[in-house]
Amino acid sequence: MTVETQFAHFDSLSLDCGETLAPVTVAYETYGELNRDKSNAILVLHAFSGDAHAAGISHETGKPGWWDNMIGPHKAFDTTRYFVLCSNILGGCRGTTGPGSVNPATGRPYGAGFPVITVPDMVRLQKKLIDHLGIRRLLSLSGGSMGGMQALQWAVEYPEAVVSAIPIASTFRHSAQQIAFNEVGRMAVMSDPDWKGGDYYDSDPPARGLSVARMIGHITYMSDDSMREKFGRRQRPKEELSNGFSVDFEVENYLRYRGGEFVNRFDANSYLYITKAMDNFDLSNGYGSLSAALARTKARFLVISFSSDWLYPSYQSQEIVRALRGHNLDVAYCELPSNYGHDAFLIEVGEQTELVKHFLANTFKKAA
Amino acid sequence: MTTAVQHEKAFVRQVLGRSDYAIISELVEPGSKVLDLGCGDGELLAWLAENKKVTARGVEISPVRVQRCIAQGLSVYQGDIDAGLADYPDQCFDFVILSQTLQETHRPLNVLREMLRVGRRVIVAFPNFGHWSMRLSMLLTGRAPKTKLFPYEWYDSPNIHFLTVEDFEDLTVAENLVVERRIFLHGSRSIRMLPNLLAAVAVYLVRKQ
Repeated sequence: MTVETQFAHFDSLSLDCGETLAPVTVAYETYGELNRDKSNAILVLHAFSGDAHAAGISHETGKPGWWDNMIGPHKAFDTTRYFVLCSNILGGCRGTTGPGSVNPATGRPYGAGFPVITVPDMVRLQKKLIDHLGIRRLLSLSGGSMGGMQALQWAVEYPEAVVSAIPIASTFRHSAQQIAFNEVGRMAVMSDPDWKGGDYYDSDPPARGLSVARMIGHITYMSDDSMREKFGRRQRPKEELSNGFSVDFEVENYLRYRGGEFVNRFDANSYLYITKAMDNFDLSNGYGSLSAALARTKARFLVISFSSDWLYPSYQSQEIVRALRGHNLDVAYCELPSNYGHDAFLIEVGEQTELVKHFLANTFKKAA
Repeated sequence: MTTAVQHEKAFVRQVLGRSDYAIISELVEPGSKVLDLGCGDGELLAWLAENKKVTARGVEISPVRVQRCIAQGLSVYQGDIDAGLADYPDQCFDFVILSQTLQETHRPLNVLREMLRVGRRVIVAFPNFGHWSMRLSMLLTGRAPKTKLFPYEWYDSPNIHFLTVEDFEDLTVAENLVVERRIFLHGSRSIRMLPNLLAAVAVYLVRKQ
């Protein structure tokens, strides 16, 4: 299934910081067919470094989508039954307006002049896209990590438009540990002399800083077990005695490879803006408490966490579930056993597929 | 009893395979809100949702079983019964069911009180430790009883708080509970005399005063 990224353009978007972004472009992809009463639409929300290319083979790059194992005919998000959409988030660098986009006021990339963005801003832009496509209610919203935050925000902000939500390996707000890792990543980017205060679009990007930031990220996405299994202490073949600071171990090689690869597809300023939006996100903002925020939602929930995920530990999913239960809302919760750490929602999809597939089928039946 | 009801009873027994489930499914009113604690694979909840159109919720500790429940479309929460009810508001369910699990909880009295807080009515089914076979097994072997009803070795038994019919009766008095129904079973047979001696399983429908 070859897919092409599409673009929607909007005159403007009002942001939480008080500024207005104008104009705004959203990159998105769709899979499956929208039914006649438009009741089968599912919005899939990507995590921090993802993009609109969630499934199928990209017409442009020839690569499969980031959740291709979950979205497609007869998969968890069954495209023979549902109309699945995914859009690149606000502040991103994969087609949607972000710090790398040209500021019409100056004719140059925004860079650090891009306004501060929030998760609710991202969601507001997604709502514009959904409205633009003439969809009034979403059968479901699902995403892992930051995608889960957006799903929660949707359910609270637009209760009438959300039939169900599936936040996976997510949280209603970051812990000190999560903020700490993001801060180390940001400092790595900003301490690279090539960052130049965010104004690097005419020269070399801060590749060293960004790749170090990504290396740290990858450590937090794995687990002790999965790293032991994948790399152990296996060494790289050595021709001569090294000076001690070359790549000796497979794990070093992997991290450097991932860091280097990331630089080619991701904008350092997007890294800064999006991680800040994640850190600042708190679903209870403006409502006083998580419970008060979730009291607004009318959605059914399926909440999933993974046993070895130490970046978004199960207790964070359980906080959400407990608050939902406090209102006796319809919520199913499961901690799936996995060794893959936070990455599990992208990799270990066997059991996740069963849960999502049947939850959706049941939701669709009830909503009909 | 009409033929139709008898037929339904036989059907329930056949489908659910457990006589306490058959009784419980009769006690639950159609269209009610039900919470099943220790709901296993969700067979009872699924049956109640389908046939009695109840709003079904469950709590189960085993992730594999929770997956099976969710796969049936049930809203089940993976968690521990001993701690799991605290989040629910008061009296938010019509029926809270605890089927053959009370003896496995760490703090059974606390669980029972929590059930009565969140549910208007509580259905408790438990294996009767006072059954004659248990008494005989203990008397004859001098060892922790091992019977068809309690088939475990003492060291790997999930049952940590044994109780008899009389024990539960005493508790309902001490806790000032109204017993609306008490049903005693041996297999699918209903026991009318000497339940503490003859019943393998007891099912109680209780509520607060």
